[in-house]
Amino acid sequence: MKYINEFRSPELVSQYLAELSRIVTRPWTIMEVCGGQTHSLVKNGLLDLLPPEVRMVHGPGCPVCVTPIHLIDKAVHLALDRGVILCSFGDMLRVPGSGMSLLEAKARGADVRILYSPLEAVNLAREMPDREVVFFAVGFETTAPANALSVLHAHRAGLTNYSILASHVLVPPAIAAVMEDDAVQIQAFLAAGHVCTIMGTGEYQPLVERYQIPIVVTGFEPVDLLQGLLMTVRQLEAGEKRLENQYSRVVRPEGNPEAQAVIQEVFEVQDREWRGIGLIPASGYEVRERFAAFDANRKFAVQIPRASENARCIAGQVLKGIKKPHQCSEFGKTCTPQSPLGAPMVSSEGACAAYYHFAVA
Amino acid sequence: MCLAIPGKINSIEHQHNGMVRMAKIQFGSIVKEASLEMVPQAQIGDYVLVHVGVAISVVDEAEAQKSFEYLSMIGEIDELIEHTQV
Repeated sequence: MKYINEFRSPELVSQYLAELSRIVTRPWTIMEVCGGQTHSLVKNGLLDLLPPEVRMVHGPGCPVCVTPIHLIDKAVHLALDRGVILCSFGDMLRVPGSGMSLLEAKARGADVRILYSPLEAVNLAREMPDREVVFFAVGFETTAPANALSVLHAHRAGLTNYSILASHVLVPPAIAAVMEDDAVQIQAFLAAGHVCTIMGTGEYQPLVERYQIPIVVTGFEPVDLLQGLLMTVRQLEAGEKRLENQYSRVVRPEGNPEAQAVIQEVFEVQDREWRGIGLIPASGYEVRERFAAFDANRKFAVQIPRASENARCIAGQVLKGIKKPHQCSEFGKTCTPQSPLGAPMVSSEGACAAYYHFAVA
Repeated sequence: MCLAIPGKINSIEHQHNGMVRMAKIQFGSIVKEASLEMVPQAQIGDYVLVHVGVAISVVDEAEAQKSFEYLSMIGEIDELIEHTQV
């Protein structure tokens, strides 16, 4: 496929690896923020091919992993006890809530459906006017325009049976939260390419200045990741701290103005709780008052007790790059993708799942 | 979750009373529908990056080339720097 195959070229990968090995003189710790990048690094075997001086730690960029347990409990409650059609990306289904996952709710008879797009959920609401349709709107900035569009489509169509359960998080405050943790030792970041496709690169300049670190906006294919790493290591070796954009074929400095406009119209920035990490100020999107009728939180006014996490899960430390998945005593023993203690073991972007499936240890 | 894939726009149509600009997009041998509302400039034949049923960017061919030329480009820059220092 064009724009995919050529960025997986073994020849180019070898050339980039050789150049990285040639220029690196001392150890560097670099965090890739996005879970999609984590999986690409692990799945393509790049972690084993990098020069030993380049140490990758994996970031919090897995929206499924950081969705609070309380929201999963709410989704389960809506599906099981309130009779809604609960639609979700497939990733969310196995994530453990305090009582059960959405998959277990489905096994008990709840109408839980996996959809590829929130726009499909709006179509479902059109086709089934007698049923309430709720979309579990999980995601980073990349997914926010699609979820916002679904609200606008439903609004324009005059639908009264569609709403979203929003769990939207933002990357820049998460980078700040990681850097503010004293246990974290990170010297540079690969920023998430698709998030920047939407938001542009401007938000990252203040982080470069505040924390005096290089940030390189990077894509997802092996050649993208290695080029992003080469740009990063060149900066580190030269003592530079700049914002660079490796993924310029889809990331413009200003981002996507149309997408930013629909996000602005539907959502507003608010404080957000991140599963495993805690509250991060101004780190998420909530539905604006104007669209309250499309906000499942307000519409169903769910009151359920707030649950606590499984104490044996160290997801917070994994998500901040303080520990690697296999450094957890439960990894692969009491915690597996079939029976997870925490979300990073089940999400297709979770670091624990990547290490488990591709046997990194 | 943030997975987005580039595909080629095969055809464009307006749905939902003409309100929504949609496209049929070719990903290898698979064709799927996606909204073009976030990329009003996109035309048939363009490659767009699609995420959860919404095209979020038009792929820039010239910028894509830069990844293939980057190594030789930095090689030339490094040579230039060395040359200047001598």
